[in-house]
Order: sequence, then structure tokens, then C-alpha cells
Amino acid sequence: MSTTSLSGSPELETAREGYFGRFGGQYVPEALSGALTQLVGAWHDAQADPAFEAELDDLRRNYGGRPTPLYLASRLSEEAGVEVWLKREDLAHTGSHKLNNVVGQALLTRRMGKPRVIAETGAGQHGVATATAAALFGLECVVYMGAEDCRRQRLNVVRMQLLGATVVPVESGTRTLKDAINEAMRDWVTNVDSTHYLIGSAMGPHPFPTIVRELQKIISIESTEQFAAQAGGIPDAVIACVGGGSNAIGSFAEWIEVPEVRIIGIEAAGEGVGSGRSAATISEGREAVLHGSRSIALVDDDGQVLPAHSVSAGLDYPGVGPEHAWLASTGRGTYLSATDEDALHGFRRTSELEGIIPALEPAHAVGWLLRHGKAELGDGARVVLTMSGRGDKDVDEVVEVAGWDVGVAKAFGAASPGVQDGHGEATVEPGGAAGTELQP
Amino acid sequence: MTPATSLDGSARIAEAFARAKTEDRAALIVYLTACYPDAALSKACFEAAVDAGADILEVGIPFSDPMMDGPVIQAANQHVLEAGTTVTDQLEMIASLRHLEVPTLAMTYVTIADTRGYARFADELAEAGLAGVILPDLPISEAEGWLTEATRRGLATVFLASSVSTDERLEAIGRRSSGWVYATGLMGVTGVKSVSAALTRPLVERVRTHTDLPVAVGIGVRDRASAAEVARYADGVIVGSSIVRAAGEGDPSGAPDRVAALVRELRAGVAER
Repeated sequence: MSTTSLSGSPELETAREGYFGRFGGQYVPEALSGALTQLVGAWHDAQADPAFEAELDDLRRNYGGRPTPLYLASRLSEEAGVEVWLKREDLAHTGSHKLNNVVGQALLTRRMGKPRVIAETGAGQHGVATATAAALFGLECVVYMGAEDCRRQRLNVVRMQLLGATVVPVESGTRTLKDAINEAMRDWVTNVDSTHYLIGSAMGPHPFPTIVRELQKIISIESTEQFAAQAGGIPDAVIACVGGGSNAIGSFAEWIEVPEVRIIGIEAAGEGVGSGRSAATISEGREAVLHGSRSIALVDDDGQVLPAHSVSAGLDYPGVGPEHAWLASTGRGTYLSATDEDALHGFRRTSELEGIIPALEPAHAVGWLLRHGKAELGDGARVVLTMSGRGDKDVDEVVEVAGWDVGVAKAFGAASPGVQDGHGEATVEPGGAAGTELQP
Repeated sequence: MTPATSLDGSARIAEAFARAKTEDRAALIVYLTACYPDAALSKACFEAAVDAGADILEVGIPFSDPMMDGPVIQAANQHVLEAGTTVTDQLEMIASLRHLEVPTLAMTYVTIADTRGYARFADELAEAGLAGVILPDLPISEAEGWLTEATRRGLATVFLASSVSTDERLEAIGRRSSGWVYATGLMGVTGVKSVSAALTRPLVERVRTHTDLPVAVGIGVRDRASAAEVARYADGVIVGSSIVRAAGEGDPSGAPDRVAALVRELRAGVAER
């Protein structure tokens, strides 16, 4: 089969199917060879079937709430010194961009006749989206989630359970997203006949990076039209946070071939690039094979995968999708990073200035923009930033990590454990701004 | 250099299978994780396994994210990595096994080989006296670069075959493999479920139509009875998790004796057919 029919941007890929330059491929056990071939076939068939696109479109609109708005964030723009247009994926059903991919893959699961889906999740957003689609399509659903992530994203664990999914806390390794992926892969190897592994990011073996990109591309298809209609012309830059990179690749896809538009991915740098506690894979990693494809990963000299760190469970991953590695290596994409502190700043200011509580993941992109956007992009540059999810899930964690007391602890006396643990002396009056470096 | 290394890896492996065949039994292939529970005991465990009748050894080079391994081998990998052992340390332990008169293969994940560089990794494995390598997450479609280097150094590369492999893939697996073809005994990871004869026997027969290489069955073989069962239709029987479990449970100094006891049982099993 030709690469052209599978890809949205044929001339940007090399001739070898499933590769983006030298990145990508299918580094998986032989036991998965049949499932990947079947998936490639199902995807091709679906692409050629107008009924697939029609059903996907109907679900996106009437179930998922698309198109999501493109919103000019005036107060944030004023503070950043650049014109910030937020692509509001946080307003989509389930509260993030994740449903775009999940609904498409659930349709593929049905076409392949498989009754069961499994998924990995970091922040829980992909797990919730998968559990949602499983409920909608009547599929059995098991979600693997690092035990540490279950703790810090408890709200999403409860949501998945309410939706009928089984959540399996993963205790191996670093107990975060990478370990959840390992465990999902082990399940898939064992149950491949009955099960589709509904990968949530633009990573994994071919054809996943391409399928996820094509299903998330709706973000930039909409934003292209919306920007032209609302702002006129094209933006100077498109910015998105990058963990595995699904919202980013969807946000970038339509702009990749428009060289005037800068493509900027913001990775999570945790306590800082070089601190040893970071998840900035492209900034700090090296070429390696991880989770089924050749890409860039945080590995040591022996190839052992290093633990990543980020305040955001969704970006706390030592790998990145192969197409991002390729965009970075060709220079088409610029990959920079924001620290935990930058992200908390972005989280707080988006809430206070726009009345939008962002997920910690896109808060990294906002934090970077507030701190570096004007210098990097120029005064008044026009920017589309993907607000990939809403932040309800992060409230407990932010209060604990940042030590912000928003008055809850006082109002309730002995507060919930999450609130009690972290804030200590940082307590301030309700309505006042929080701790020192987070002060706007 | 021991005399054994004057032959290339494939020939040494072929000899081991042939010897078992003349004794009218399947070959017993024993897996243990390198430097588990520590370097000295690991060496002693491999020696004990050979004394107790192992025909071929697989030595696992630990990886932080072993996708094909169940809890027992995962924990062994983790233990070795947490002890601060590097691949260089493991290769040093492996080199100390060259006096053993059985072919030894490295089993690890492609990330380890790739990060080191295929050329350097192949050089180091050959210099350590190894006969070949098994990379369970390197399918034939991605293997070209590795095979070039492995061949250059006379290392055999054993590919895995699965009951879901198409005939086209089995043909390629048979053609690209050297040493033997590794038929997976079940759908799943190591050390969790028992071998499924219903899946495995037809797979072994299918593989045989594509290659003259020996066919060995691994994943899900754990004791004398299952080894005997598999030995009825396969040329080799591969046992890993239950041996690692034997090495790891109880007083570390007793690990070689426990390994030897289990290997003797398994050796009796592969001759029962």
C-alpha cells in the first residue's frame, strides 16, 4: 500500500510506510503483527468508506460538541503582549481533546468486530474519553493508570468507574504513564484477538501515530477556518503542549505545510531542563526505541528509560510521538519547555484573567507564552494556543503542590487530606494571591 | 578463546540441538537474568544449570521496560537495575561464562541494542563469547540493520513466531532466523499462564513447513510435566520465569542449588517424550 493513502501530508513523509523520516516503525513482539496489520486494513477501509466519515462527523458534532470555539483571550493577550487565540478543546465532551481520537478508534474497533478496548492514561483524560466511548458503543473497557497518577488524578478515576470501566492501578516501575503503557501492551499481547488497544497519544507502533494525527487533525481544520473568519489571514504561530503529542499534532497538522506559521510545542520541564527531574523529551532526550516506535526518549547511556517528572500527569512521560521527533529534527517544529512553576503560573493567570480553569497540560503552553512569548514571537504576534483540556481534575493537586489556600481549608476546618498536606505556611487570605513566585 | 568460539554461533547452537536429538530428547534451553541476584551468584546459577543438564543458555540483559515479560522477570530486571548494574557489568559476568560448553544467547530488548549502536553491541556480545541473540520486540520487518551486524560477528539471531503470524511472515521468520525459531507457547507475556498445546502444536508444525531450523517453544513452560508435553512435538523447550523464581526465592546463597534442582527436573521432562 502507498504511504499517500494513509497520510494527510504525503510529501512530508519518506517512502517507507509508518516512518516519519527515520522515526516511527513497528518495534513490537510478533504476537502483535496480526493486530497491527488488521488495524492498518481497517483504517484504510474506513478512509475509503463515506459512511465512516459521516458517522464520525455526526458523533463529533452531536455527541462531542464540535466544533469547539476559537476564542480571543483579550486579558491574557494584554498580559502576554501577544494576541492569544484559545482553541477551546476544554469545551468538548469529557473536557479535553481526547474524544476526537477515541470516537474514531471506537468506530474502528466496531469495524474490526472486537468487543473489548484497553487504554493507558496519565492524567486520566484519555481514560475518561475511552470509558465514555466504551459506554456509548457497549464495549468492555479496561484502563491502565499508574498508581501515582491514580492518586493525583482521583477525580478522573471516579469518572471512569462511573462510566463502567475497570481502572487498573499500575504499581510497576515509576507508577506513571510509561508503566501504564507497558501494562496495556502486556494485556494486548495476551488478549489481542478480542481487544483493541486504544492508544491515546500520537505514539506507539505504526499505524497509531498516523491514525491519532488524522483523528486529531479536526482541531487545526477548524482553527484554520475560524482564524481566517474571526481574525483574518493566518496566525504567526500555533502553540500546544506536548507529552506524547496528540493535541499538538492535531493542532499542527493543517499548518505544517504553511511555512509562514511557526509551530511551537511546549514540553514539561518539571523542575527545569538539566535538573534531572523533567519530562522535556525532545529538549533533553536522545534517539531511542520506546513503546513500539523509534523516536526521541529520555534514556541513559545503556538505553534504560529514565523516570520523567512533571506536575502534570498527562505530560509526565519520557517519550514523544515519532512525528514530533521528525518535525523537531527537520526544524519545521520548534520544541521548547515550561517548568512546573511556569505551568502553575499559567494555570493561575488563565483562571484569573479569563475565567477559564485550564488543565495543567495546556497551562504549560500558557505559562511559556506569558514568560517568553513576546520575546520569542514579537510584540503583538497572533497566536493560536490549544487549550487542550479543562482543569477541574487538577484542582486538588494544584492546591497541594503550589500551596495555595483558596479558603476551603478555613471554611471547613480540618480539610481534605489533599488540601491539608501541602499548603502549610503559604496560607493567605481568601481572594488574595498566593505564594511568592506565583504572584502575578 | 575457548575452542567453542572457533565455530560461529549458529553452528554451536546446531550442535547442541543435534546432540539432544541423538539422545532422543528435546534440547533444554534455560533463561536467567544476568547478575541476578548478584554477579557472583548469577554466574554460579548458570554453571549449576549447565551441570544439571541445560543444553543452551539464555542470559537476560535487563531493560527498564520489558514489554514481553511478566511479573517475575520484571522484578528480576528491576532488582538488577536498582543494584546499579550496567550493561558493561552484565557483559563482564557473561564473559565469565565462556568456559561453559553450551552455547549462550543474550536475550534483551531492542532499545538496549539500539542505544549502544548495533555494531558495538554485536562486537561486545561476540567478544563475550555469546553465540547469538534474541530481541523479542524486533520483528523481521525492522531487523535488517541488526542482522547485518549480527552476521558480521557470527552471531545467530533467533526470531519469535506466534500463532497469529501469517504464513508469509512465518516464511520470512524461518528464512531470517538462525540458530532456531522461537515459537511462543501462548498469547501473552512470560511467566503468567501455562503453555497452550492447542495453539502451539499447530504453530510448530506450520513453522516446520518453512524452515529446517530447530523449533523451540517458550513462554508458559514451567515444570517437568509441561516440558515433557512440549518435548513431544518441539525440538527445544525454553524455560525462564520458573527458573528465575527459583533463583530469587529464599536465601540468595541457595540460588544455584535451587536452580540446579529445577533444571534436573526439566531435563528429565524433556527426555520423557
